[in-house]
Amino acid sequence: MSSWTTGLAGDVPQGHAVRVETPSNYLNAKFTIGSWLATHDHKRIAILFAVSITAFFFIGGAAATMMRLDLATPAGDFVKAETYNKLFTMHGVIMVWFFLIPSIPATLGNFLVPLMIGARDLAFPRLNLTSWYLYVGGSIFTIAAMIAGGVDTGWTFYAPFSTMFSNTHVIYVLAGVFVVGFSSILTGLNIIVTVHTMRAPGMTWFRLPLFVWAQYATAAILVLATPVLAMTLVLVTVERLFGIGIFNPVLGGDPLLFQHLFWFYSHPAVYIMVLPAMGVVSELIAASAHNPVFGYKTMAFAIIAIAVLGFLVWGHHMFVSGQSMYAGVVFSFMSFLVAIPSAVKVFNWTATLWHGRITYTAPMLYALGFVGLFTVGGMTGLFLASLALDVHLTDTYFVVAHFHYIMVGGTVSAYLGGIHFWWPKITGRMYSDRWARFAAILLFVGFNFTFFPQYLLGIAGMPRRYHAYPPEFQTLNVLSSAGALILALGYLLPLLYLGWSLFRGARAPANPWDATGLEWQTSSPPPVHNFATPPVVTEPPYAYRMAALSRDVVDAREGTR
Amino acid sequence: MIALGLPPEASTIAPRVDLLLYAVTIVTGGVAIAIFVTMIVFGIRYRAGSKVKRAENVPEAQARARRRVETAWTLIPFALFLASFAWAARLYMVRADAPANSMELFVVAKQWMWKLQHPGGQREIDEMHVPRGQPIKLVMTSQDVIHSFFVPAFRLKQDVLPGRYTEMWFTATKTGRFHLFCAEYCGTDHAHMGGDVIVMEPAEFQRWLNAHAATQSMAARGEDLFRHLGCSGCHGENASVHAPNLAGVYGRPVPLSDGTTVVADERYIRDSILLPRKEVAAGYAPIMPSFTGQIGEDDILDLIAYIKSLASTKERPK
Repeated sequence: MSSWTTGLAGDVPQGHAVRVETPSNYLNAKFTIGSWLATHDHKRIAILFAVSITAFFFIGGAAATMMRLDLATPAGDFVKAETYNKLFTMHGVIMVWFFLIPSIPATLGNFLVPLMIGARDLAFPRLNLTSWYLYVGGSIFTIAAMIAGGVDTGWTFYAPFSTMFSNTHVIYVLAGVFVVGFSSILTGLNIIVTVHTMRAPGMTWFRLPLFVWAQYATAAILVLATPVLAMTLVLVTVERLFGIGIFNPVLGGDPLLFQHLFWFYSHPAVYIMVLPAMGVVSELIAASAHNPVFGYKTMAFAIIAIAVLGFLVWGHHMFVSGQSMYAGVVFSFMSFLVAIPSAVKVFNWTATLWHGRITYTAPMLYALGFVGLFTVGGMTGLFLASLALDVHLTDTYFVVAHFHYIMVGGTVSAYLGGIHFWWPKITGRMYSDRWARFAAILLFVGFNFTFFPQYLLGIAGMPRRYHAYPPEFQTLNVLSSAGALILALGYLLPLLYLGWSLFRGARAPANPWDATGLEWQTSSPPPVHNFATPPVVTEPPYAYRMAALSRDVVDAREGTR
Repeated sequence: MIALGLPPEASTIAPRVDLLLYAVTIVTGGVAIAIFVTMIVFGIRYRAGSKVKRAENVPEAQARARRRVETAWTLIPFALFLASFAWAARLYMVRADAPANSMELFVVAKQWMWKLQHPGGQREIDEMHVPRGQPIKLVMTSQDVIHSFFVPAFRLKQDVLPGRYTEMWFTATKTGRFHLFCAEYCGTDHAHMGGDVIVMEPAEFQRWLNAHAATQSMAARGEDLFRHLGCSGCHGENASVHAPNLAGVYGRPVPLSDGTTVVADERYIRDSILLPRKEVAAGYAPIMPSFTGQIGEDDILDLIAYIKSLASTKERPK
């Protein structure tokens, strides 16, 4: 491709003596489809991931919308029971594996980790592209199986229902998830090696932004936990295909074994979803408050503590499963323990506002939404960690509300906040902050409307995964369904104004938020190899408002925004 | 309390669970509100335009503040968590310990119904009649997938598994009709796998039992099965085969051929019928055939009831 493509297309005549130029960057370096599908650039791969997970998010969201419509009446008149069961399975599988788990690591993590540590790319660019192809291949295969008839096991695939009793396309869906698992492992491996080996001169471990700490811890969980999921899925397949008794007691298996294996992966998976979100929020709050993160080291250690303790709590999904009572007591204790670093993080985010100069742009509203919803989700997690309360609340809508507060109220809010915060860096364009703030507020309201009533439904005793329910639960269900419509609107809105900004948004400066961090020191969008000159780090992270920077300088800098 | 929309409290444990629920709600709610208020106060006070006095060197001010608060806000939540953990764990253990005078009821779950059997032989489907004030122990198993026996008004739930027995006990305190749900997803009609728990005054319950009297009690049915299935051929009084005497065995320790000992409970009897080579009694040859596939979960429960009825005798069954 000739060099004219690097110029502003359109109003500059060819051969004109004075060319108005946008500097060459990763987006305008090449325009062919091949240059995207065969790219080794972590920034382009991040965008490939972002586009694909967005598509899956809306497919999964459509399934949820149909479920909420069905639940507006006690009899569930909208779809048949079988269809409903397939819908919640599809919703769970898509949202967990094809959206939440890759969401922040594979998009923002992929894009930002090299930029934040001052590297030219991830350690293994080809592996990175392979990860995307595995993801797309596995997820499209799964979607095909769902269109061809679907699967009704729930995303949890509990045996022996999944191995011997379900007459749906279990094996195809398992195969798809199995392949996508390798995408997770490769992305995790890449991030670990990159953080270890490719930090810029002066970028010591305790100068890493908390976002990088969170990605690093998440990557470790991805690499350690995902193989257990893969093995479990293979075991389900072996029992289902060949009748070899592993989980079904009729064949000599043990159904609780499945739950132990599944949750040994799936509880850490919750932290795969929420740790990166915590990393994003630390960046957003620090930048919006123009303050260093309160207790940086504590925050970094809290991330590690959560990642480690997260491996030791899986049994809290099984308090009424028939596992030993004493195991239940130990898992309950560990679950309270893992809540401590999470609580400390919330306190430190709050304290980061102290003595700050807070600006309320859209990313900050998303971040504050995260802290609020994560706090509620975390607090209600304590209810579920309390053994005797869990006996009543488990497998009811209380659990559904709890994990949606963490994963949707928490992770999705943080993901969107991150997308808004780094949008100028990723695309080189500014969006309408007014519309973005409106969307953030709409999401917060819609979210609470949808999911708070579900806590009450759970306390009242409504079991989850019910296609029909006794009439006394209707009022709360209608509230929840109405909230879901607001929520859906809130999710569609960013597509419009962010899409508009791609074509009509103002050009973004290198550092529109006046934020610290290496990614803001390169142009927006960054050049192909990230930095014109390799950066050298001389400061601690979040070096906002040190004594050296007098009040006047700060005021002057803030006045320019 | 109406505020949280809890179902009625109809068991002895329900008010104790609710008290814990209120305590945890108040404490976590209080902490959450404190966090939100602090955030709002800081958020307004330290907004970009405000003239409030700020530290000259924020990192240094933060470091000083950290020394004062960080230990406190790690240890205080830890103490609160410990309290909640201990309280909830104690209550959980109460749930695991059925009183000795419990009346037993047998539950067999299948896609998508609950089958119940009273010791007197009365059978019910998707309904459970129980007397008020009497501890009841449910002995439950599943014929197919995992189900979960959930009575919100009792604040109790227990998964019901194929291939083994799980137990749950309660003492009902209120008469009336309460929801029974399946709480573990079990396939197409999961949402319709439920029914009612009907708590009656003891006298009324007795009348109900009489009105629904079965021709045979569970133990009597088990005795018939014991003969028809040929169990008595080896375990009976005229047996020529060397097989263990089952009289008085229930609830006693049984030495096994591998040197270990097990208590002959429901699980052991069930496994001995279906997987006879798994735990062979010491001094006997592993010659018993398996009854897997020839006998349903209901029949096994009847056989167990029969063997239990022999608990107090020493005579070999006829």
